[in-house]
Formats: sequence, C-alpha cells, structure tokens
Amino acid sequence: MAYLELKNVHKWFGNFHVLKNINEQVDKGEVLVICGPSGSGKSTLIRCINRLEEIDKGEILFKNKSIHAKDVNINQLRADIGIVFQQFNLYPHLTVLQNITLAPIKVRKMSKDEAETIALKLLERVGIKEQAHKYPAELSGGQQQRVAIARALAMKPKVMLFDEPTSALDPEMINEVLNVMKDLAKDGMTMLCVTHEMGFAKEVADRVIFMDQGEIIERGTPEHFFTNPTHERTKAFLKEIL
Amino acid sequence: MHWDIVWNNLGYFLIGPYPNGPLGGLAMSILLAIGGIFGAFWLGLAIGLMRLSQKVWFKYPAIVYIEIIRGTPLLMVIFWFYFLAPILLGKPLPEATSALISFIVFTSAYIAEIVRAGVQSLPRGQMEAARSTGLTHFQAMRYVILPQALRNMIPSFVNQFVSLTKDTSLAYIIGVNELTRAATQVNNRTLIAPTEIFLTIAVLYFIVCYVLTSISRRLEKHLARYQARGR
Repeated sequence: MAYLELKNVHKWFGNFHVLKNINEQVDKGEVLVICGPSGSGKSTLIRCINRLEEIDKGEILFKNKSIHAKDVNINQLRADIGIVFQQFNLYPHLTVLQNITLAPIKVRKMSKDEAETIALKLLERVGIKEQAHKYPAELSGGQQQRVAIARALAMKPKVMLFDEPTSALDPEMINEVLNVMKDLAKDGMTMLCVTHEMGFAKEVADRVIFMDQGEIIERGTPEHFFTNPTHERTKAFLKEIL
Repeated sequence: MHWDIVWNNLGYFLIGPYPNGPLGGLAMSILLAIGGIFGAFWLGLAIGLMRLSQKVWFKYPAIVYIEIIRGTPLLMVIFWFYFLAPILLGKPLPEATSALISFIVFTSAYIAEIVRAGVQSLPRGQMEAARSTGLTHFQAMRYVILPQALRNMIPSFVNQFVSLTKDTSLAYIIGVNELTRAATQVNNRTLIAPTEIFLTIAVLYFIVCYVLTSISRRLEKHLARYQARGR
C-alpha cells in the first residue's frame, strides 16, 4: 500500500498548465528524487503535497486518506509533512534554538524545556549544536540550511520534502547539507527531493523521476535513469548537467 | 514688541489654567497626540490585518474605511464626529474626548496602510515556512511576521506621530483648550502682541516635533544596523 499517492493531479497558474496528469506513488521509507529543467513543475509538485499550493484536479492521498478531505486539519497535516526550502526561510529575529522550538511549543503543545531538549539533540545530529544561541544571519548558508532541516524535523514529520535545498549554497557547503540528508534517508525517512545533485540521487535515491513541462516523462531506478534513459529530453538534460 | 505678554502667559501656553482649572495648552496637545497615536496603533493594526485578509468580509470593509478616511480632511472628521456623537449617544461628548476619537479614527487609516506595507515587504517565504510547520495563520502573524514587520514600521509610526502632534491644533475648532486655542485666547484678551504670541507657539510646536524626529533618526540608524545583521 502506498504511503503517499498522487492520482491524476492537475494544476494551472492562470492559463499555464503547470502540472499535467501526475500519477505517482511513494512507499514508506522511500527516497524519491525529482529532477528536471526549471519551470517543469517539480517545485510546484512537492509544494502541493503539504498544500502550500492547491491542486485544481485529481487527488493526493497520504496514508490512504485524501489530504483535501473536509475533516483534515491542514495544520496537523503540515506538521506531519516537513519541507525544506531553497532559501532556508529561517526567522531572522529569532535565535537558532527559538527557530526550532517555535512550532513544537505552539503546535505540538510541548513545554519549553522539552522542546529545547529535542532541538538540541537535532542540532547535534546536524552537527551545529554550538550555534544554538546565535541568530541565523551569524551562520553560513550551509549551517542555516541545516538549521532549517532541524526545524522541520522537530515536528517529527512522517514525510520530508526538499525543494532544491542546496541550490542557493556555495559549492563548499553543499556536502554538509547532503550528508545530513543522506543520514536521514538511512534512518528510514520518507523523502521527496527536488535536486540537481546527481551524486546524491545515485547514492541515496530509490527512484528518480524526470519532469518536463508539467509531465513526468521518465521514471525508474537511479541506475536506469543515469545509464539507460529512454526519453530524448532526459538524455539532453543529463548531458547538460553531468 | 511686547514679549512681557508672552512671558506672563507662558505657564498658560504650557499647561492652561491647571492646577486651578482643567489642563490645557501644550500639555493638552501632547496628551491628545499620545492618546491618539496609541489608540490609532491598535485600531490601525486591526484594520491593516483585515485589509491583508483573503476573506472578503474582512478585506472590503477595511478598504472602504481606509479609502473614505484618507479622502477626507481631518478637520471634517473632527467636525463631523463632534456633531454626530450627540445624535448617536444621546448626549454631547466632552470636546477633548470627541477630538481624541477623531484623531484615532483618522490616524488609524494611515497606520493600517503602514501595517499592510510592512507585512507585504517581508519575503513570502517567512509566512510559508511558518505555515509549513503547522502554525495557524494567526500564530504565524503573531510570532513570525509581525515581530519583524513592526520593527521595520517604527520610522513610519514616528512620522505619523509627528504629523498628528501638529494636527492636534485642529482641535481648536471645536473648542478644545490646546496650545493653539490657548494662544488665541491670550491674543483676544491682550490684542497688541499677535506676532509674538503666535511665533512663540510655532516655536513650541517645532521643539516638540524636532525632538520626535531626532528620536526617529536615531531609531532608523539603529534599525539599519539590525537589518544588515538580520538578513
């Protein structure tokens, strides 16, 4: 039984048909990498999964239940599906620790002490425990993105979405973020990653899908995808990027 | 020149007949400005947030309110409310209260627009990040958006405060004994020193406003430092 399922999903931005009949299933613990040229709809696709964007047609099921059902509490849904953004989006007026504990305290109703204990454990896990009391602007890009990952993990999400998490980083900081993501994958987190990091895809992904102009035009294991792509568009893309 | 008239009435310009009578003069002007800006902040914040709402029954009343007030001279609002209040309440309001409410109503429309601009100037990702962790719209506003936006708005708030301080002179028209009216009273009584009297109150207004703008300038510098660090 699929953990997360997209059925005939369509979305338009005005006249622009950004998602065209998307069908996809993700199992529990699976790591799915989504790649494709910019404007192909891959970011929009994962943003629909925690309803930062709303779909116009079709259905998205999480644990066999439509995420658009009337009795779904959207805030509870979002707490279960974490997202990490390209631009980190940390809160600049709060310390690292406050960034991480805000939602657990306000949404999960944890005590401050409990939330801070969890936050410090997560910061240790992403390797920046000593930065807990600094403000985001005092950290490097790679450190900020690791804080953003810890912030999402603090809600104990069942699924993690990554929207080009390394695209805004200097090259020497990319690996520190990818390593955190690899650890997460090894721990059995269900992950959907929009990324151009093909090394990451080869090493960690269970499956890769390739999108172009709102459609999934290629899907398969990383092996199939990198060594034996069938679609001309995929070949052209891989030639550009590798 | 008759500076002795100014000198003999300086106490009256500053605090009116107080403590032998009600407080007036410059003290009344400042009280009206402080009360006005404080009330207008909360009302303006509420209307600004309504203006930002997606829900039509919040958004459109706020738009109508803001547009009507911004298209009306403050003097009209003061007059209009002064004559309307007895009809609504069945008894006349004290002049100072009536003027204060007019100032709050008038200034809140401008504060609402400042709030809207301040919130909209933040990157969209801040709201998205907050909502994506499960915070409600209200919680995201309260803990993530407004603390940042309000800090950016402080210079605009001070501008509005300076503007209102000068505009308290309009309360003169319905008989509030603030600085301008105190000066007019002394002038009507003495008749020979209008230049000296009105020059004096102009200087008093200037001093108050200059102090406020100086504070504002320092705040702006302080905030610029914060922002360079903050993003």
